[in-house]
Amino acid sequence: MTGVHIKDDSIDTTHGCILYIEDVTVSFDGFKALNELNLYIDDGELRCIIGPNGAGKTTMMDVITGKTRPDHGTVFFGQNHDLTKMTEYEISHAGIGRKFQKPTVFLNHTVFENLELALHTQKDVWQSLTKPLTGKQKDTIEEDLETIGLKEQKNLRAGLLSHGQKQWLEIGMLLVQDPRLLLIDEPVAGMTHQETEHTAELLKSLAGKHSIVVVEHEMDFIRSIANRVTVLHEGHVLAEGKMEDVQNDPKVIEVYLGS
Amino acid sequence: MIKKITILHSYKGWLFIFFLMAIATVLLPFLNIFLPEDSVLHIPDYMFALMGKYLCYALVALAIDLIWGYTGILSLGHGVFFSMGGYAMGMYLMRSVGKEGVYKSDLPDFMVFLDWKELPWYWYGFDYFAFTLLVILILPGLFAFTFGYFAFKSRIKGVYFAIITQAMTYALMLLFFRNETGFGGNNGLTDFKRILGYSLQEPSTKMGLYIITAVVLFLSYLLSRYIVQSKLGRVLTAIRDAESRVMFSGYNTIHYKLFIWTLSAFLCGIAGALYVPQVGIINPSEMQPSNSIEMAIWVAVGGRGTLSGALVGAGLVNGAKSWFTVTAPDYWLYFLGALFIVVTLYFQKGFVGIFSHFNSKGKVREST
Repeated sequence: MTGVHIKDDSIDTTHGCILYIEDVTVSFDGFKALNELNLYIDDGELRCIIGPNGAGKTTMMDVITGKTRPDHGTVFFGQNHDLTKMTEYEISHAGIGRKFQKPTVFLNHTVFENLELALHTQKDVWQSLTKPLTGKQKDTIEEDLETIGLKEQKNLRAGLLSHGQKQWLEIGMLLVQDPRLLLIDEPVAGMTHQETEHTAELLKSLAGKHSIVVVEHEMDFIRSIANRVTVLHEGHVLAEGKMEDVQNDPKVIEVYLGS
Repeated sequence: MIKKITILHSYKGWLFIFFLMAIATVLLPFLNIFLPEDSVLHIPDYMFALMGKYLCYALVALAIDLIWGYTGILSLGHGVFFSMGGYAMGMYLMRSVGKEGVYKSDLPDFMVFLDWKELPWYWYGFDYFAFTLLVILILPGLFAFTFGYFAFKSRIKGVYFAIITQAMTYALMLLFFRNETGFGGNNGLTDFKRILGYSLQEPSTKMGLYIITAVVLFLSYLLSRYIVQSKLGRVLTAIRDAESRVMFSGYNTIHYKLFIWTLSAFLCGIAGALYVPQVGIINPSEMQPSNSIEMAIWVAVGGRGTLSGALVGAGLVNGAKSWFTVTAPDYWLYFLGALFIVVTLYFQKGFVGIFSHFNSKGKVREST
């Protein structure tokens, strides 16, 4: 029951890219969810990914986090981590955090405990049994509570939080994991206007320190946060660039925005 | 270390536990030894074997609560681990019968009956208590570890896992039913005479076994409590509630599940080993699928994920069983079935849940 076996913990980003997805194809019963997908994310970038339903956005997230294996193609984290050969928890340890479409937090644990579980630390059985939180780790969690605005709900069971608060808690859980790359699936789905604005602020403040990939449908929200937007369609990249350019691209208008 | 133990319970909690332990291990034996037999408060000798049996069941319930209540993995095959501990102890007890069996042979009676001339190799070593103890402490855990390794690695979960544990206990029961397997066939192992030189017929031996069982249960409870209150315990409940989130948070959940599954089997094996000398028999019916299901019902009735609920549930259901099998034996299974349905539908937190519900209601009233 020893810990995790990752030989090299550092991420090699000397070429400026943190994530390389090359020629990735995933098919389910003949249906190609991803079709020769090529996508590159720069280190420290905040990238939005849009596309109609079934464009392959969630499948792409699954491939990056090790949940789904590609039929062929390569996925590299930095230049030195082949994600297609790593398990979910190894990928998480290497520095990729994921927020699911539906908020998944631990409903029977308090907000504080949720963050404790996510916190970047040794995560093998023996450490969990014998090592309580250090003062420094508690401070990290307190800071995080401040960032996501849930300081007062610290000892509340996560099941009692509102939908928006759960989303923030999940983002907070990603932050204490201290990942290099954050994958965020539909962060503002079901949020009120105010909550959406708050989330946009939160994500913008995180870019730079982390690379962030956001999958979203909500156009106003994307406009408020994104520098670069990638449009996926039928499992490959249809267009990529600034929001205004992408919006005026006739191909994009045809498949997505125009409809 | 001492500080780590003291924080397991509040002051009141500790007081309550020590109060229970004092009653169980001091007061009851005292009432048995020093009060005249016609006194109302006298505890008869046979009660200690009965209570010892209940404490073994309570230990089983505790073990199942760790894996089911806390980690969400329903096992319907804990009878196997219980029987492994039980058979190991039974083999030692058979060997200590010596030549005092019915056939006055050095071999156990059932082997003479089957006309076997020598001891099968896997019976070697059970002449020694130390060897037996090692087997009891290692074998059920090792078996569970191997079984769990393949099951968890293949990501078998939920109902599927429960079903293969049922199949496991059923298969082993059939194996043990065969005379050729060498564990006494359907009669199992029985007619024990002594343990470590003490006669099993003596009331003092029975009381000693009962007190040892109480102490083992107490220590197992503290260990379980320590685990569920640590971060490890929170990871386990997190696995129960949202396993993929735990994986994406960087935990290898297979290691966690294997750890608690193996520990659960380990405790269950000890319970089986303590059970056999007090009950005087171990046979394959302990591995009947229905037995393992009943074990899960104890936990459900008492309340999952609370530890104390498991202990209470084992006591309540078995108390009811003892009462029913005397007064209305035909209705016991109907009662058990109805109890399980009612608990599942209306009292998902079990008996302990009902209790704490009323308790908290009372508190609200006080404060308003």
